Amino acid sequence: MQLLSILVQRIGYAVALLIAVIIFNFILLSLVPGDIAETLAGEAGGASPEVMEQIRKSYGLDQPFYVQLFNYVTRVLQGDLGTSYYFNVPVTELILERVGPTLLLVTTALLIAIVVGTLLGVIAAQNPNGWFSHLVTILALVGFSAPVFWTAFMLIVLFVSILGILPLTGMVNPTTESGTLKWYLEVAHHLVLPSLSLASVYVAQYSRLARASMMDILGSDYIRTARAKGLSQRKVIYKHGLRNAVIPVITIAGLQFSYIFSGAVVIETVFNWPGLGTLALDAILRSDTPTIMGILFFSALVVIVFNLLTDMACRIADPRIRSSRNA
Amino acid sequence: MADTSSDERTITGDVKVTIEHPFTEFLRMYFKNIAAVLAFICFTVIVLVAILGPLLTDLDPFRIVWMPIAPPGQDGFLLGTDSLGRSIAVQILYGARASLAVGAAAAAITLVIGLLVGSLAGYYRGWVDEALMRVTEFFQVLPPLLLSMVLVGLFSPTLQTVVFAIGVVSWTGVARLARAEFMKIRELEYVKAARSIGSKDARIIWRVILPNALPPLIVTAALTVGAAILFEAALSFLGLSDPNIVSWGKIIGDNRDYFLEAPWTVIFPGLAIFVTVLCINLIGDGLNDAFNPKLRER
Repeated sequence: MQLLSILVQRIGYAVALLIAVIIFNFILLSLVPGDIAETLAGEAGGASPEVMEQIRKSYGLDQPFYVQLFNYVTRVLQGDLGTSYYFNVPVTELILERVGPTLLLVTTALLIAIVVGTLLGVIAAQNPNGWFSHLVTILALVGFSAPVFWTAFMLIVLFVSILGILPLTGMVNPTTESGTLKWYLEVAHHLVLPSLSLASVYVAQYSRLARASMMDILGSDYIRTARAKGLSQRKVIYKHGLRNAVIPVITIAGLQFSYIFSGAVVIETVFNWPGLGTLALDAILRSDTPTIMGILFFSALVVIVFNLLTDMACRIADPRIRSSRNA
Repeated sequence: MADTSSDERTITGDVKVTIEHPFTEFLRMYFKNIAAVLAFICFTVIVLVAILGPLLTDLDPFRIVWMPIAPPGQDGFLLGTDSLGRSIAVQILYGARASLAVGAAAAAITLVIGLLVGSLAGYYRGWVDEALMRVTEFFQVLPPLLLSMVLVGLFSPTLQTVVFAIGVVSWTGVARLARAEFMKIRELEYVKAARSIGSKDARIIWRVILPNALPPLIVTAALTVGAAILFEAALSFLGLSDPNIVSWGKIIGDNRDYFLEAPWTVIFPGLAIFVTVLCINLIGDGLNDAFNPKLRER
């Protein structure tokens, strides 16, 4: 019951945040020098002042600021993000086409990072001064300091140039029929390098985090109790310890979602992955403003929804934070 | 324990207690971390190269000096040439300036915004806190790199825009940390004491609380510089930087299509970024150890 009321409150807050993003987009657009009339006229090779006036009127630019803002917000909330200057199709359509690959990449990388990072950290914590622990610390530092696109290139050198076992770019062979088993296997094959590159940064962070929290946990009372009742070391660590060590990792992963999304933008352009990142870069390089703003809005939407989900998941998983409103 | 710079005071009778000056203790702790010391030396060299770099060579980074994608070590070109036949080594030398300068300037903006927002929110609490934290959450929802790409794309790709675009999207972490520190310290007795003698808010914030909140903030400042350098590298790799200024990320971006034939065009500039950021992160670790001796065992 209490959970439900918190959910309602969180959804209300999420909607408010979303409207703030739309207003921010609008303000950003109005700060950009030049307006749509000039852009269109420029593309057409110049236009008379009367025609410019006509264009401004047809786009509602002659109306007062607040009317324009209100129209913009209601339009976006109805899912209308305008029409792309460059691709000449509705931006919403363009985004929906590209969002699947991006989400696939981001969630795969996130899963790899959480699983591998937590495991490394947990193993390292059992012997904090052993060689493995030092290795994890060094790996974490390396993963944290290398530019993500450079890591991607280095993985390409290893897996494509030297070993020759992984494909370089793209997501799937365009001639393969979608939905078939072959199609899924091809996508998985193409997904390995981009998701590993993207995960590298977060494996580094999460192993550090899991190591610290596992070291805390190993000194706690309930671990001592578990040991006292004669459980094997394996059971103590992997059943009682791991479960609690993963909670901070998931919490941080939820908070960092917008960063991982950012990393995906760069990784996508390296591997020519047909997601929102490549679309965003194309749009920016071609000054396709409606598409740019649409992607910015849409990624904020994804982050907000994701945060809402992890917040709720943590509340359900951990009774201690279930009822606190500020967790 | 006996240190030449520590002063010895007799407290009661003949029990001698050595009290170390905090700064000497800090230095002693920092120098215990060998990796951090080496990183500091290495970083100093990198900074010197960035400042003096153009004096070390008479070549122009944009000049075509030899045939394109010549491998390293041949014909006197230490690190080979890029896809247009420009020397990679000279470009890395010049690129150090832009990479470090943009990193430092963007980190400065990040710290100033983060510190202002965090300290006001943490000190005043109440509606100020509520409002500022809402703004912080708002900026956390927008993917930072995407937002800075949009900012650089909508406005002009100049050095100033890039610095501003990085600073304006990355301050939220600093703000949260500063807020937490201020919230903790404002409840301490010496702050109450300062308030009871009638100190103004501004004095309490900047002269009483801030100095005591500095240790974790200095560590974060170091890490922020590293993050800003990586950020700049990503933007210029994507082609969203001043086209007339060489930076490490831009060298990689310029040559990415020739990467399989000429991996050195990507490996060496990337190595420059990696080593620089690694040094900064190690320095950050060293500072952390030095400021929190208790946490050293971790």
